[in-house]
Amino acid sequence: MTAPGEFSLPARRRDFVPVLLVPLVALAALPLVGSLSTWVTLTLAGLAMGMIIFIIASGLTLVFGLMDVLNFGHGAFITIGAYAAAALVPSLAGLMLADSLALNLLALAALIALAMAVTGAIGYAFERVIIMPVYGQHLKQILVTVGGLIVAEQLIIAVFGPVQIALPLPTAFRGALVFGDIAIERYRLIAVAVGLVVFAAMLLILNRSRIGLLIRAGVENGEMVEALGYHIRRLFVGVFMAGSALAGLGGVMWGFYREALTPGMGMDVMVLVFIVVVIGGLGSVGGCFIGALLVAVTANYTGFLAPKLALGSNILLMALILLWRSRGLYPVAKR
Amino acid sequence: MSILRTLLSADPPRGRVLALVLLAILIGLAFAPVLFPGMAALNVAAKICYFVVLAASYDLLLGYTGIVSFAHTMFFGIGGYGAGLALYNLGPSWTSILIGTGAALLLAVALALLIGLFSLRVRAIFFAMITLAVAGAFSILASQLSSLTGGEDGRTFRLPAELRPGFQLLAGPFTINGRIIAYYLVFFAALILFLLMLRVVNSPFGRVLQAIRENEFRAEALGYRTVVYRSIGACVAAAAAAFAGVLSAIWLRYTGPAVTLSFDIMLDILLMVVIGGMGTLYGAVIGAAIFVLAETYLQSLMAAISHLTAGLPLVPLIFDPDRWLLWLGVLFVLSVYFFPTGIAGRLMRR
Amino acid sequence: MSDRAPLLTLAGVNTHIGPYHILQGVDLEVPRGALTMLLGRNGAGKTTTLRTIMGLWHASAGAVRFDGADITAWATPDIAQAGIAYVPENMAIFSDLTVRENLLLAARSGPIDQTRLRWIFGLFPPLEKFWSLAAGVLSGGQKQMLSIARAIIEPRKLFLIDEPTKGLAPAIIANMIAAFRELKQSPDTTILVVEQNFLFAKSLGDAVAVMDNGRIVHTGAMAALAGDHDLQHRLLGLSLASHQ
Repeated sequence: MTAPGEFSLPARRRDFVPVLLVPLVALAALPLVGSLSTWVTLTLAGLAMGMIIFIIASGLTLVFGLMDVLNFGHGAFITIGAYAAAALVPSLAGLMLADSLALNLLALAALIALAMAVTGAIGYAFERVIIMPVYGQHLKQILVTVGGLIVAEQLIIAVFGPVQIALPLPTAFRGALVFGDIAIERYRLIAVAVGLVVFAAMLLILNRSRIGLLIRAGVENGEMVEALGYHIRRLFVGVFMAGSALAGLGGVMWGFYREALTPGMGMDVMVLVFIVVVIGGLGSVGGCFIGALLVAVTANYTGFLAPKLALGSNILLMALILLWRSRGLYPVAKR
Repeated sequence: MSILRTLLSADPPRGRVLALVLLAILIGLAFAPVLFPGMAALNVAAKICYFVVLAASYDLLLGYTGIVSFAHTMFFGIGGYGAGLALYNLGPSWTSILIGTGAALLLAVALALLIGLFSLRVRAIFFAMITLAVAGAFSILASQLSSLTGGEDGRTFRLPAELRPGFQLLAGPFTINGRIIAYYLVFFAALILFLLMLRVVNSPFGRVLQAIRENEFRAEALGYRTVVYRSIGACVAAAAAAFAGVLSAIWLRYTGPAVTLSFDIMLDILLMVVIGGMGTLYGAVIGAAIFVLAETYLQSLMAAISHLTAGLPLVPLIFDPDRWLLWLGVLFVLSVYFFPTGIAGRLMRR
Repeated sequence: MSDRAPLLTLAGVNTHIGPYHILQGVDLEVPRGALTMLLGRNGAGKTTTLRTIMGLWHASAGAVRFDGADITAWATPDIAQAGIAYVPENMAIFSDLTVRENLLLAARSGPIDQTRLRWIFGLFPPLEKFWSLAAGVLSGGQKQMLSIARAIIEPRKLFLIDEPTKGLAPAIIANMIAAFRELKQSPDTTILVVEQNFLFAKSLGDAVAVMDNGRIVHTGAMAALAGDHDLQHRLLGLSLASHQ
């Protein structure tokens, strides 16, 4: 029943090379930076920022991978999430001012929950009203979502005003843990922790649940998933909502990172988010994770070493990676 | 009539209403100093002129060559900085303008070629995102090379003698001062550039471009090297945008990141082209006119409404004159859905 | 062959893809419990026919009836849930998913039936061997096995299979024939296979339909066609000798 040679197990190396990129870059930067304490600060800042960008970008890449929808308006959800949280902050003043890590985390959880609920709901409306009519038409999607972005930003300015709003960190999040020369900022540790939790949760859902199975298969070949009897389009709205909610989560974390909110804060981050999505490979959560850390860490090192080249360095990074792997670090095996 | 036909490259605005609208815009711009006296109105008219060129160049890229790029303002900036820095550094003379324009064109075309070639190696979505990143980087670069570019503040400079307000061509009731000469320079340059672009899209080259936009696979199968055509298309669009930048520098006597490289301007021309009508060039004229007029005059209207609805919650906020972009954004989204061919497309007899 | 009503009927089906008029009035009856071969040259419209049945492309005219219901305008997932399994021309296995996950996905009603799985392993041993590996590393023949296994992991009323032997080595094709023979032995198994390989078609087909230019130009028993060399030459354009 079998042909000769069919039993030989194919050589299968797990593709670990991209995973090594982040430690490599970090190590390469150490001698350039010089001082260990500065390097630690920069690296941690990079990891924290990277986690936040990953949270934001992961939604975008999944939505594109699964639904073939490019949402240029994703940035708006970041801003909306942050502002929604800011609206709740006064009510949580007690929890946030308390010098207790547990209470502060509770407050953060509440803010995140609200931000995700609001952005998830708006995401639902956005998908049904703005995106669904233009499924499959990439040009129109780009145009329509850019339009949505403009409208959303203007509405935010209309309601909240164009000036920056301060968003002070909860008490126990402030300051740093000091080990001799080295200062490790508390909030950055928390950001990294939150990012890891989100990443783990996403991997768990994608790899251990039927929905995750559907999403992963759908990213590769949505048509075949339908031919197997699944209404994959019904999944689309859910994934879009999840993506928007993740952007909202990212917005809250980003707002606290900068301790300030501006109407354009979502847009500011989007350039980096796009670079990350391109580097990681459209549709790949793992690629997105590595890409985000890589981009953020690079931005921080060059920001210190050669500030004028910061954004340029990321574009160079993107170009290099595309030259190496033209569809990103972990391209999804597309139809 | 055949002169008109040749001028319009046998691509006249199809549709009576469309032709009338365009004619009205043309007459309004041509006789602006007489019809709408005062510097404020002339500013609006000049702005429409160079934005027509910029929007049309973007339509050439988006509507005809089918390339979605968010880096187009880069070329606008290159033109503005080219002319501006030349006038700043080399003195206010016509040669400076020539040198500046020449340098700008070279840089713009070279960059466009690079970008065009790169665009064909990656998927369209990738490309759009990459142009976003590149545009951002370029803008920051311009701000940071402040010794050369004047940084965030940009550069103000003086124009050649003939274009200065003090210069007088004729005295008496019909004084033509330098500003008016400058205006007509901008107007006629814009007109010529527009007609040239019309010629390009109606040439055999332009037809191949449109064929490629419709069905790239087929065009390749027919033997056209799409890479070459699209790259050339991108270069022509970039050159036109750079020219528009030169015109803006001449009129504003100023160049800087805020007026040339900001992402807001990129969104503006996107709105102009889509609302006006992609793939028609005439749409860019209408879009630019509507946009600039709205930017200037819509705000007064909105201020009035905002005032009237002062007591209501939220409403006065969204009618606040600073929020005019909100309404244009709404119009933009609606036009993508309901008139995807834009105003020009709607008015055209197919 | 059963003389009950055909399981699947296409009546006057026309399909346009863009400006191209691919199916120009297809009339086809697929009898229950039998294996029908759909033959024809490249470009005759065989794949389009399967895709139209499956709802991946919608007929612009005509009707598709399955088991008494008019499924012409149904959405693909509903058609699949009505009991039709589809094995496409390019196999469409999910490369990033393991063999196990591919089959898990195909087993809509819940966990995989172990008895059925044993049976599949019997037909296609490599699938057991590579159970936990990503499907992308399988060879062409193994991917084809996986694609078919996905279709048969649960009982289905109708199997639509598009060119199962395309690009496979002769030895593997021999395996396929054996597997299909075993599949046919299951009760009430109706199969519609698109094929270019006449030897394969001959050894398995009960009924045959030949397509040309978007229409069915011949239907009948496979045995009759297999014995008539002139007919083969006329319909399929090649002599028996060149059909392997």
